[in-house]
Amino acid sequence: MNLALKDIRYSFGRFALTTLGVGMLLMVVMGMGGIYRGVIEDATLLIDRVDADLWIVQRDTRGPFAEVSRVPPSLVHRATAVPGVASAREFVYHTIQRERNGKPLRIAVMGLSWPTDKGEWIALTGGRALRQNHFEMIANESLGLPVGHRIELGQETYTVVGTTNNMIGSSGDGMAFVTVRDAQAIQFDVPGEAVRLERAAREARGRRFDLVAQQPMLLTNAQRPGSELPAVARPGLSAVMVSLKPDADADVVADIIGGWGDVSVYTSDGQRELLLKGTVEKIKRQIGLFRVLLTVIAAIIMALILYTMTLDKIHSIALLKLIGAPNTVILGLILQQALLLGAFGFAIAYLVGQKVFPMFPRRVLVTQPDLIQLAAIVLGISILSSVLGIWKALRISPNEALS
Amino acid sequence: MSDAGETLAIETDRLTKIYGSGNTEVVAMRDVSMQVHRGEVVALLGPSGSGKSTFLTAVGLINPPTSGRVLIGGKLVVEGDVPHTNLRSFRRRHLGFVFQKSNLIPFLSARENVQIAMQLNGDTPQSARRRAQELLDYLGVGDRGENLPSMLSGGQQQRVAVARALANHPSVILADEPTAALDSHRGRQVMELFAKVAHEQQAAVIVVTHDHRSLDVFDTRYEMEDGLMRLAES
Ligand SMILES: Nc1ncnc2c1ncn2[C@@H]1O[C@H](COP(=O)(O)OP(=O)(O)OP(=O)(O)O)[C@@H](O)[C@H]1O
Ligand SMILES: [Mg+2]
Repeated sequence: MNLALKDIRYSFGRFALTTLGVGMLLMVVMGMGGIYRGVIEDATLLIDRVDADLWIVQRDTRGPFAEVSRVPPSLVHRATAVPGVASAREFVYHTIQRERNGKPLRIAVMGLSWPTDKGEWIALTGGRALRQNHFEMIANESLGLPVGHRIELGQETYTVVGTTNNMIGSSGDGMAFVTVRDAQAIQFDVPGEAVRLERAAREARGRRFDLVAQQPMLLTNAQRPGSELPAVARPGLSAVMVSLKPDADADVVADIIGGWGDVSVYTSDGQRELLLKGTVEKIKRQIGLFRVLLTVIAAIIMALILYTMTLDKIHSIALLKLIGAPNTVILGLILQQALLLGAFGFAIAYLVGQKVFPMFPRRVLVTQPDLIQLAAIVLGISILSSVLGIWKALRISPNEALS
Repeated sequence: MSDAGETLAIETDRLTKIYGSGNTEVVAMRDVSMQVHRGEVVALLGPSGSGKSTFLTAVGLINPPTSGRVLIGGKLVVEGDVPHTNLRSFRRRHLGFVFQKSNLIPFLSARENVQIAMQLNGDTPQSARRRAQELLDYLGVGDRGENLPSMLSGGQQQRVAVARALANHPSVILADEPTAALDSHRGRQVMELFAKVAHEQQAAVIVVTHDHRSLDVFDTRYEMEDGLMRLAES
């Protein structure tokens, strides 16, 4: 005869409600853990997916994720020439915010190095990869831009040709992939008047040089778009990604490139470190602490619940003692109920979480090890929190059955 | 009915119980020495506050006396507030209790309330279950075995409590106003049942009662007043 189950069956409604409450609480604990994992996953996702061995960034910056980095386009060619380098790609990445249907739409725009990179590495959920070097876009589903959707950015209209999911910038904004040229056009979307003023100023500066008398072409050049002028072109790249040959030594290559005066080099792991130690560190610690706090609160609440459940049974426990039940029976009654409360609470947390977490605006990543860890914690809490109830139960005198 | 050399079911030796201390000191029981034989049914009478429950709980090993000794079946079990054995397992094996309110475990069915006492005493669930049902049948509540106590009438609950008290063939049955919740007819039935069990199973029974109409059922009557106990003349 299992007393714990009999008692639960007797006051089933209350036990069910209590378990539901504990389950919700545990779901929040679980969710906090999931948000923690999600933040880390989202932050490092891009680094992991683009699969570069080395990152070349502006000298002495921790770019391109942790801070702004600017490198000249020619860096791609310099990097390619280094022995051991298989390929070098441009990396352009920035976040823009536009209005859409009256709501702010934040997009993390990443440039793909056309034609070597058409976005084939992106796991598509619909549509296709890029097929032309302009005005096509692969959008993360969270942006709410379906295949075929047209969106105006800068002076151009882009067509969404493919969708993907779980591609999130480190700040949580959905990503959109366009070619590097388009990404730069979106980033340096300068009003027409500003462009004309800039060209006029360039020409005026040119006239003051004697050189113009000998080389009239300079003035003609000054009228051309800035990006076509090597000398005055904006340093439009955020970084250059390098893939190494299979037999190349990353340290040697990094040493060579690091020797150049204008850039710094990081390995993929180095980049990941920079992100986790830098931008994500505080939010990570914040969520981590919150999770600890919630766990403690859950333990306290469970202890109080088990204590009141024991108080409700004082008469029965006193009676059991009166008719000679040994302490193990009474201890078992409370401990089993604690474990059942924990187990059912955990199950509810898991099941409800499965339904609720995907609706969160940011990723909630509940991993297997985290689940096992939480299960162990719940087990610990259940046992620990029943101590208060057991302590009370053992002090109940059989005399109390008579009052 | 008492032969020389027979071991007594219950023997108390100058039992005294003092509640509180100093100004609030209450002497609830004073030097109570008495003996109960096997098969003897004893009524304990007396006004409210005279110490009847105090005596019963001292003999029942649930509320130790301040001084004095309790012997059950010839064995010294309590001396002052010092137990001489594991009281809880002693209660389980040798004592049966019935109280004014039925004192059943609310979340167990009538049958389970009886069965648990036997299982705690080491019976297998199967045999405990069977015997619990037999006891309930014997007490006329066999058909209510699967009901929770809250679904039984006061008298039915009381009979279940009696069944539980009898579960482990106790040598001593202690009842504190067991019929207070019953009408006089049912009250008398319960008293007669105690007498029957005492005589059939050679158990000693002490019943605290205010009901003077069924006193003829008892072999012996004691009276308490201000903590003192004396044999009542019939
Ligand atoms: N826990 C206690 N603390 C202090 N005093 C107590 C306690 N229990 C009983 N008493 C006192 O001891 C005396 C005897 O009480 P007891 O309950 O034994 O009387 P009783 O004869 O059973 O009365 P009743 O017929 O009303 O049940 C009373 O004066 C009572 O107030
Ligand atoms: Mg009393």
